[in-house]
Amino acid sequence: MVKLKVKDVTFSYAREPVLEAVSIEVSTAEVLGVLGPNGAGKSTLLKCIDRIITPQTGCILLDDRDITKMSRIELAKKIGYIPQSLSHVFSATVFDTVLMGRRPYISWRTSERDTETVLETLQMLHIEDLAMRDVNELSGGQMQKVFIARALTQEPDLLLLDEPTSNLDIRHQLEVMHTIKSIVRRKGLSAIMAIHDLNLAARYADRIVLMNGGTIFSDGKPASVLTCENIRQVYGVEAEVNYNRGKPYIVPIQAIKAK
Amino acid sequence: MPPSTGEIPGTRTKSEEIRAEYKKFTGRKVLFILFSIVLIAVIAGVAATLGPYPITVTEVYSIIWHGLFKTPETTKELVVWNLRLPRIVMGILAGIGLAIAGTTMQAVVRNPLASPYTLGIASAAGFGAALAIVLGAGFVTGQYLIVANAFVFALLSSFVIYGLSRYKGAEPETMILAGIALMYLFSAMTGILQYFGEETAVAEVVFWMFGSLSKRSSWENLTLVSAILAVCIPLIMLKSWDLNTLSAGDESAKSLGVNVEQTRVVCFMLASLVTACIICFTGTIGFIGLVAPHICRMVIGGDNRYLIPASGLFGAVLLLAADTLARPPISPTILPVGLVTAFMGVPLFLYLILTRKKRYW
Ligand SMILES: Nc1ncnc2c1ncn2[C@@H]1O[C@H](COP(=O)(O)OP(=O)(O)OP(=O)(O)O)[C@@H](O)[C@H]1O
Ligand SMILES: [Mg+2]
Repeated sequence: MVKLKVKDVTFSYAREPVLEAVSIEVSTAEVLGVLGPNGAGKSTLLKCIDRIITPQTGCILLDDRDITKMSRIELAKKIGYIPQSLSHVFSATVFDTVLMGRRPYISWRTSERDTETVLETLQMLHIEDLAMRDVNELSGGQMQKVFIARALTQEPDLLLLDEPTSNLDIRHQLEVMHTIKSIVRRKGLSAIMAIHDLNLAARYADRIVLMNGGTIFSDGKPASVLTCENIRQVYGVEAEVNYNRGKPYIVPIQAIKAK
Repeated sequence: MPPSTGEIPGTRTKSEEIRAEYKKFTGRKVLFILFSIVLIAVIAGVAATLGPYPITVTEVYSIIWHGLFKTPETTKELVVWNLRLPRIVMGILAGIGLAIAGTTMQAVVRNPLASPYTLGIASAAGFGAALAIVLGAGFVTGQYLIVANAFVFALLSSFVIYGLSRYKGAEPETMILAGIALMYLFSAMTGILQYFGEETAVAEVVFWMFGSLSKRSSWENLTLVSAILAVCIPLIMLKSWDLNTLSAGDESAKSLGVNVEQTRVVCFMLASLVTACIICFTGTIGFIGLVAPHICRMVIGGDNRYLIPASGLFGAVLLLAADTLARPPISPTILPVGLVTAFMGVPLFLYLILTRKKRYW
């Protein structure tokens, strides 16, 4: 079943369009990986989907409903978003930060169920030990997990993850990817994640869209998108693609000079 | 991962531990708030004994208590209720209002250096007052000339910022820069008035800017201030969770369902109204609005649901204490309270900064 439909979306911050006629679809229980070089428009696309910015043309349908017709709260109950750069100006405990994920459901008093949800999520991501720590004093990777936890306590149908593993060590990369994937499967969510690690994407994404210069360059199964030719054209990198248990496995060789 | 030491199977689970710790943390916040209320009562009692007419602390409390039910008659009662209490109550209200406005402003512009005056409101009010004092020009005539002028100009500057954020989007940077620009503009205009004004008028302007709790603390004025605080502060507190979400950035807050622009503008206008209605009676008492939120944040953390009431009450403690210290026999002459808050607050603040164990914002 189609969860999200992005149709012909065009967005520009100034005059130059950053997204040009972008169309993608995500189904229920699917993890979509968004790949592309720096500045390709991955983050911009995710922000459009969560209506943090509004595209100039095109439309975005969530469960066949136009997101511009939904209220912010309604959207927050359906979409969880984790920004690329995380910061927190004032001190707050990890517990309180994750609790903020309940904001779409309550405005002041928290209930037992809210506490329960937070505790479960902390446990799921193995960050219970951080619960009473200050978010400002966490490492980059710990912070990333806290924000993932916060998005999960929103109990969304669709998760938007902007480079969720950029600060994690290999063990935690695998762990977080596994957690996301299993939640998606178990609860029938959908997830879109912008990610730079081709191998991680190949392994955990059900489908991949490869972006370049604000357009979709290629869209399909990891094996059909992550080809030598595509990687060469989009990244300007010569790479070797092997297969490991049916999934492509990319070994970058070198940057192609004077692209 | 090595098994953590001291964890015996069958004892409390991790979740229960977190619950217990969180409860303790919440208890600490509530305790701090109660402690501040007690401090206010104590300092107010002591402050009411100060003055040429001798009254003991116990008498003060009894007079205040009985005065709640009947009009004061004896000299002692009249002294307490009509001479001493108004100033004390103004101190409490101003402390609460300025500290809460400061906390709100810091959250709104997402900057720990903000105060109620960051967006130019103080210099605008100062200019309004100076206009009234030096030229006698203003929006109303009579005894309320200075007050009304200060109030109107204070809000005028807020409306300029409001208009700008409607036009350009309510971004913290835009708001702060516009506020600083307004501050310079109004300071320059006040400067011109002072440059050409008469000596006595200029002195009065300077004195107004130091701030004073005794000059315009009639019960009518206090009623007016309390009414505005009673409306604005609950409204700000209703928004306290939304203010919390701003801390992680606008995008993050939006994704949690918060109407960021509206929250920012509404809270900023409420904080401005609170500030304006106080400083038009007291002058621009500085420091409380910047420091009270920080001291409280060091003690109870940054959750605005508790921080707003706590810093309000602690602001009242600070201002009341400063005003008490500013009076004979404790100090040689009556000092402007705005100066004493700085003399008292800066060492305390530096001490806290130097001894704190971790970063707190
Ligand atoms: N706030 C902004 N104002 C103006 N231009 C912007 C803004 N944010 C991004 N851009 C531009 O839009 C383009 C796409 O940016 P975007 O952040 O979507 O890229 P990305 O694919 O997420 O890149 P990265 O891999 O580096 O995160 C870039 O050229 C960038 O310079
Ligand atoms: Mg990006």
